[in-house]
Amino acid sequence: MTGTNLDWELLAPEFIIAGWALAVVLLDLFWGRLGKEPLGYVAAIGPLAAAGVSLIWVDDTRNFGGLIDINDYTTLFRVFFGLIGGFACIASARYVRQGLLHPGEYYALILMTVIGATGMAAARELLTAYISLELLSFSLYVLTSYAKFDLRSNEGGLKYMLLGAFSSAFLLYGIGLMYGVTQTTHYDGIGEVLSGYTEDIEFAMYLGLALIIGGLGFKVAAVPFHMYTPDAYEGAPLPVTALISAISKAAAFALMLKLFVQAFIPLIDDWRYFVAGIAVATMALGNLVAIQQSNIKRLLAYSSIGQVGYLLLGIAALSPESASALVLHMVGYVTTNLAAFVAIIVFYNWSGREEIHEFRGLAERAPYLALSLTIALFSLAGMPLFAGFATKFILFQAAAQEDLLWLAGIAAFFSFVSLYYYLVIIREMYLGQPDETTRFPTPWLEYAALTVLVAGVFFVGLYPKPLFDAVEDSTDSIFPPAAEAQSVTQP
Amino acid sequence: MEYVLLSLIVIPIACAVLFVLVPSHYPQVTRYIALTGGLAMFTLSAVVFFVYEFNGGSGLRYDLQWDWLEDVGFLGDHGISFFLAVDGIAAPLVLLNGIVILAGVFVSWNITHRPKDFFVLLFLLVSGVYGVFISQDLFFFFFWYEVAVLPMYLLIAVWGASSDFGTFTRTKEYGAMKLTMMLVAGSVLIFVGIFATFTEAGLGTFDMTELRAVTYSEDFQKWCFPFFMVGFGVLAGMWPLHTWSPDGHVAAPTAVSMLHAGVLMKLGAFGILRVGIQILPDGAEFWSPVLMTVGVTGALYGATSALTQRDLKYMVGYSSVSHMGFVLMGLASMNTIGVTGSVLQMFAHGVMTALMFTNVGAVYDQAHLRDMTKFGGIARVMPRHAAFFTIAGLSSLGLPGLAGFVAEFHIFVGLFQAGYWWAGAAGILAAALTTTYITRMIARAYFGPLNERWEGLKEMRIGEQAAAALLIAGILFMGLWPAPFVDRITDTVQTIPGIG
Repeated sequence: MTGTNLDWELLAPEFIIAGWALAVVLLDLFWGRLGKEPLGYVAAIGPLAAAGVSLIWVDDTRNFGGLIDINDYTTLFRVFFGLIGGFACIASARYVRQGLLHPGEYYALILMTVIGATGMAAARELLTAYISLELLSFSLYVLTSYAKFDLRSNEGGLKYMLLGAFSSAFLLYGIGLMYGVTQTTHYDGIGEVLSGYTEDIEFAMYLGLALIIGGLGFKVAAVPFHMYTPDAYEGAPLPVTALISAISKAAAFALMLKLFVQAFIPLIDDWRYFVAGIAVATMALGNLVAIQQSNIKRLLAYSSIGQVGYLLLGIAALSPESASALVLHMVGYVTTNLAAFVAIIVFYNWSGREEIHEFRGLAERAPYLALSLTIALFSLAGMPLFAGFATKFILFQAAAQEDLLWLAGIAAFFSFVSLYYYLVIIREMYLGQPDETTRFPTPWLEYAALTVLVAGVFFVGLYPKPLFDAVEDSTDSIFPPAAEAQSVTQP
Repeated sequence: MEYVLLSLIVIPIACAVLFVLVPSHYPQVTRYIALTGGLAMFTLSAVVFFVYEFNGGSGLRYDLQWDWLEDVGFLGDHGISFFLAVDGIAAPLVLLNGIVILAGVFVSWNITHRPKDFFVLLFLLVSGVYGVFISQDLFFFFFWYEVAVLPMYLLIAVWGASSDFGTFTRTKEYGAMKLTMMLVAGSVLIFVGIFATFTEAGLGTFDMTELRAVTYSEDFQKWCFPFFMVGFGVLAGMWPLHTWSPDGHVAAPTAVSMLHAGVLMKLGAFGILRVGIQILPDGAEFWSPVLMTVGVTGALYGATSALTQRDLKYMVGYSSVSHMGFVLMGLASMNTIGVTGSVLQMFAHGVMTALMFTNVGAVYDQAHLRDMTKFGGIARVMPRHAAFFTIAGLSSLGLPGLAGFVAEFHIFVGLFQAGYWWAGAAGILAAALTTTYITRMIARAYFGPLNERWEGLKEMRIGEQAAAALLIAGILFMGLWPAPFVDRITDTVQTIPGIG
């Protein structure tokens, strides 16, 4: 390849995280006295520091070897994923002490997922994206089955891995076909070839596109590729469930958004209704099946499937406006979901329970915990004052702007359906009589993390302007005019 | 003055935050904060009502516009702004909310089960109601609308009461879930309507004053108006989507029934007027016969249903459906006097239903029974209670000198003027049915020989009497001196395009 510009310092945040991951493993090996719980807090420093360091590249537009973009889009996701990684480590600490072996590797794998996720957002080329995706996925397969004496964890991990490998094969085959047709794996190169087409587009092109959508559909758990989600969510250790729901979805959408914007947008009329159909199926199945769940992890698994449906709305309505709305909703959703998970982890650490009816009377025993979980659930349902209302409103409006009013209407309807099953949990917490009346002890650090997340939910819900500005800067940087100016010579 | 409007939203939210901060073992502190907040809101609401100048023009006063989200995504200059203003329609409703919340605080004085959480949710609800009345931005209009609906589930499910009818029961969870689900389902339609209107206008702003200035194509107005009409209609208790209302109001605790039937249901009718008719006048014109038909049906259906109820609270619940039917009829008349009557009816029904729920709550707290046939002659042991309930009833059936008469008179005149003589006739029939069920209830429960079982009943608590006195003051004010109301409302209504 000509014009390679290997500015290694551009990858500093990733090096920091990788180095930190190694350090955490070594720390656990040579200084095990530190204990499982403090190790988690130490591990959290890495991704948080990397998030801070990545701010150096705000408003910068460069790339690494034509493979990885360093622009506002990447920076936004570096910060975002770094924060998710940090929160995941903090939320894991007590859980790991209570129930998992080999803490060093556990935290190191969490840090690896952050690198993989960042790579997916940063990639400007299909193979780089694929390798990053595999790094993320493999870390998550291992983490899912980390509770090795728990059969559900093993089952969940195995299902996740087998289906994941299958879908990776889809994706790879799709990439292969795409390369066969366009002779390039660069997003902008594919985009150029596709926009240059005048006669009929080859069938292999469509097949490749369908396979790529399918492969990515698996990663975001879109119907009909969602089958692994409930089992993986239920089997995985709780903090890992939180991580899967947050980072794996966000990263896959980051990849998908950039890929579709830069490469596939010339064919938008061909895939728009395909994606819209998947979105409808995903919203419908996720929200309707969630109603019947009795386990909180499975419920959140199905609810997250429903949420993916809303996010797909942003892909189907692809435009600069809907891209920023999509990212905005994703940030709001992930923050909310993490708040819900942190609350559930605190509850689980204390009680060892995860059935919905076991939350009864929580408001008596831990009012703050119940309040935080209620706020998170109302936000997921799209109620005002919280993030969910503002971001959903903007996302659905963005879809309506692109002549997809019917799809926005369906999304609003399923958002209403989701309120029912969130209310069921709230009912247990506030109306049920607790089995015992002892108060929960207060885990200060977890409560601090929870408070930060809940504050984030309010912040996005009440004053989204700063976040929306940042998101818009970032999504503007992936749209062609900006991308073309910086593109390196194609092979 | 504009900061008075702002404080109407800020005060309840600030109180809610204060409630959270006060430890739960000081319930008395919580109550006094609630009382202070209630008094403040009442005073400021009264100020807004009386200071409002009605002298023609667009009617919007004391506007305060802060950009909230602009120049991002699809949003233009004033994309979403925190835009407050009051007009002649909103002014009386703001006053109504001030009266009802203060009365609600009086009535809730004796709540002992988690009073702190109760007041947090109650005040959150009130902030939402104020927000809807004074927002001029469609996004925030809907935002506050949802804020007002949001706390209902917990308020009813935690502090409400289940009903046992012997052969079947209606649990409070059922009432709460039904109410929440139906109202949010209505919101879905509003959601779609808002998306469609925003896209059609193509201005990149949710500012309602700008959205109103656009002339939308006739076809668009025709298909879009029903989304607002039905979506807001659910909350307005529009037949046949009213079924949440009796169940929800019966299950709710007294103060919540008062606020919900008294003020929240008005949000629905207010939404039809503010968003539906004001933005899409041609659509409203086209659909007005349908709105008229469901309004008439609701008025008659609610009245006949109330006639068959033995449970006092269900009777009041169905009477609300009936009176909201009058409100919808007034809106559907599409002329100044009818729409004015409709807004008058919102106020009149608000105060008198709140008064009725206060009274039902007072007797239920002591007797733990609401079956009117099991009472008898309790006017002897609770004379003031009986008097208050009778006044509410008389206003409800439209006795001249009380609020209900002024409102219904305007509505009927509007109906006949618009040529809806059949609707006017049916409305008068519904008013006659109202007379029947009210007098029947008063005769059965309050007069006649005293049922000895109830000799031990005591008079209403002083807080409840204060609430009742306040509400009666509202009824008498409008009944005896309607001019301040009519002037303010007419001033704005006649500027709405499409209303003749």
